Amino acid sequence: MTPRDLQAEQFSGYPPAARRVAVEDLDVLRQLPLSLLPSLLREIIDYDFRFPAERKEIDRNLAALKALTVAERTEWLRGFESITVSKQIEQFDWINQPAQFLEQLSAYLWSTHQMDAFRKAATEYSARLDANVRSEPLPMPRLGIAVIGQGVDSYSEPLFRNLRVHGTWFDRVKPDDGLQILRAEIARRAESHPEPYAHWYVDGGAETVSNLGLSYVSFGAMVAMRDALLKDMQTQIARPGMGPEELRTHLERMTPSDLGFAASGDDVLDRFRLRVLTEGSGTQIFSTTFVQWTVREALRRAQPLTVLARFAPRQRQRPMNELLAPSNGAPQTDPVGSLVDADMGACYHWINQQRLPGSEASAFLVWFEGHNQALAISPTMTKGKQSSAEIDMKGLLASILA
Amino acid sequence: MTTEINEGFLRNVAGFASPLEIAFGLSSSRRDFLRRAAGLALGGALASGSPFLRGDTVGKKRKVIVVTFGGGARDQETFAAEGQENIPHLLNTLAPQSSFFTHVTNQGILGHYVATASLTTGVYETLNNFSAVPPDHPTVFEYFRKDLRRPSSDAWVVAPSNGFNRIGESLSRSYGPGTGATVILPKRLLSAANANGAGNFDHLLHDNYENPLYTPPLGGSEFELEQLDQILKLSVADFTAHALSLSSPDELSLYVAKRLMQQKAPSLLWITMHDIDIAHAGAYSLYIDGIRRTDRLCAELWKTIQSEPEYAGNTTLIILPDFGRDSDYDAGGNGFQHHRTGDAASRTTWMMALGAGVRQGVIYDEPVQSIDLVPTLGAIMGFSPRQSQGKPLKEFL
Repeated sequence: MTPRDLQAEQFSGYPPAARRVAVEDLDVLRQLPLSLLPSLLREIIDYDFRFPAERKEIDRNLAALKALTVAERTEWLRGFESITVSKQIEQFDWINQPAQFLEQLSAYLWSTHQMDAFRKAATEYSARLDANVRSEPLPMPRLGIAVIGQGVDSYSEPLFRNLRVHGTWFDRVKPDDGLQILRAEIARRAESHPEPYAHWYVDGGAETVSNLGLSYVSFGAMVAMRDALLKDMQTQIARPGMGPEELRTHLERMTPSDLGFAASGDDVLDRFRLRVLTEGSGTQIFSTTFVQWTVREALRRAQPLTVLARFAPRQRQRPMNELLAPSNGAPQTDPVGSLVDADMGACYHWINQQRLPGSEASAFLVWFEGHNQALAISPTMTKGKQSSAEIDMKGLLASILA
Repeated sequence: MTTEINEGFLRNVAGFASPLEIAFGLSSSRRDFLRRAAGLALGGALASGSPFLRGDTVGKKRKVIVVTFGGGARDQETFAAEGQENIPHLLNTLAPQSSFFTHVTNQGILGHYVATASLTTGVYETLNNFSAVPPDHPTVFEYFRKDLRRPSSDAWVVAPSNGFNRIGESLSRSYGPGTGATVILPKRLLSAANANGAGNFDHLLHDNYENPLYTPPLGGSEFELEQLDQILKLSVADFTAHALSLSSPDELSLYVAKRLMQQKAPSLLWITMHDIDIAHAGAYSLYIDGIRRTDRLCAELWKTIQSEPEYAGNTTLIILPDFGRDSDYDAGGNGFQHHRTGDAASRTTWMMALGAGVRQGVIYDEPVQSIDLVPTLGAIMGFSPRQSQGKPLKEFL
């Protein structure tokens, strides 16, 4: 089956909104090469459970493709057209299982030494799309906040080393009420621009928030789901014929109810939480990995205006088999190792934030919780500077958001 | 398969330098740093001529030990200025004595088993990374043994995980079963030795970080107990007692490799390390711990080579990661955690050669490929890797 043979009824297994999008743009989909189309279908098939920013992006991409002339389309898709795909791959049910198809395609591209060509085609295609889409102005500059080092009494090694060149390092921050001030700021932002999924709080512990304007994801609050997942994985691994790829396919097919997610009334966020556990590597076992990956995915997918990420001590390293066993009592933690993890996680938070539109105006703050070190990045902050002026958290926020 | 095509792939790295520029940039940073920090000279400035021909350790006594890291370490955590604190031994002890190749590319599949298999065959293998299958092409061990008529006791592989147990010999009709290296899996040895479950060795039995979610049980049987007794000359009690003093799988591998050197003194010994690959779990501190441990273990191996009579003075040690890890700035990946993007950082790495017949303190900048290793070993040891697709490195010839 090739894309040009697509028929509307073949999307009958898609959820309603996804089906509508696919059928409405069937002519566009038919013109895409098989090396590209399933990537787009993977986005479309979950349209009903996608964040508004993702839906907008799918719509824009389809609109951009629809607007191309024949010559332009040929030019845009040239790289993908040059990718060859085997008959076996072609016969896979890529309409209804695009994610599984992409796994197979990925393996095939590696084994046929076409991955570099695919990568080049994807990069060029992406650049054309970006150039074609005009970003709407943001209602407020993006703000990222990373709170790291919870539970660490003292730490003498340098922090924020990767980020210092991009902002100002403060070494006399008054930590009093720091966390409350940061929380109040994200609540204020959520209240002033109450868009769905625009303001996030990601916690590596079990902290809860009651602010309904925030999208909230917590490692601690998902203990039961993580345990259910780990138990399921142990069962799957023991099955004959099960391998890493089969396990990934199994995880891909899971729904929130499979892991006992209590219906929160927010299918989109529940699916997001599920995917953090089933698609992330290490998110099931290390809280620092969980926070870093959640922030990455939230930024990539929901393109929020505000993200406050608070890292917590992860469990100490133990043998993988033991780590993958469902939790049995409170595990020992590694606060200093977690601080190192979180320091790097904060760097990735900033990098991922800077990939989004409006990066020239965005602000970022990372704070060593309870201590006097912080680093601030914004258009108002001098790059590569160290400031030993005493400043409290309100002052710090005011200076980066000025 | 390790790499996924995800949405990030399609919103990729526009605006950054080209892969080629990045690869050369990585190479240059290694070169510049080594020149400053370790006082190495540029290879192009040296007189030509083979150090191996000039050396006095040619022929039957020559020994080669290859160490590969399954789980590449990036420049920023190693040879770049900010990473030097993690590799004091490689930088200060080994690099000044080495010929250092700053620009080694791996153009194959970036999975550890298939990449290591490719290193051993000199061909970019396309086997399933997660299946314990033999390489399709003859391995360096088969060429070595057949051409030089060496017994099986002269070629060994010490490998980290279950998946590597078929890496010693290929499916090739001209070579194949019985003509390659014996593979020893230290974790299986330990698992067998501890069959009664008396000791707690879980910290030494990590297997396959590449898929942290998939951890099949380790094997361990009479065969491994026989290896322990007949080859390593170790009692179960001595082995388990020593294992109690170790902190990681790679430490266990090095212990077994050293024992093998003492008992069998193989001429071709291949050791694959794996601790760094804990990076797949996403905890940066554990990745750094893995790099520091690997750095220490490489120095310990070099020290052992100097002190073992069978190896001192006639051994060439070659150290190389099988590939790199993803760049922080590639939207298709997640930085240090994986090697899924195929970007320049994940494909570009380095190689260090030191010991018998190697020019000391020299940097080579020219791009070479990881599959060049096997033909290079053939050139220096005197066998002919006919099916290898790499080229012997002229710097060795």
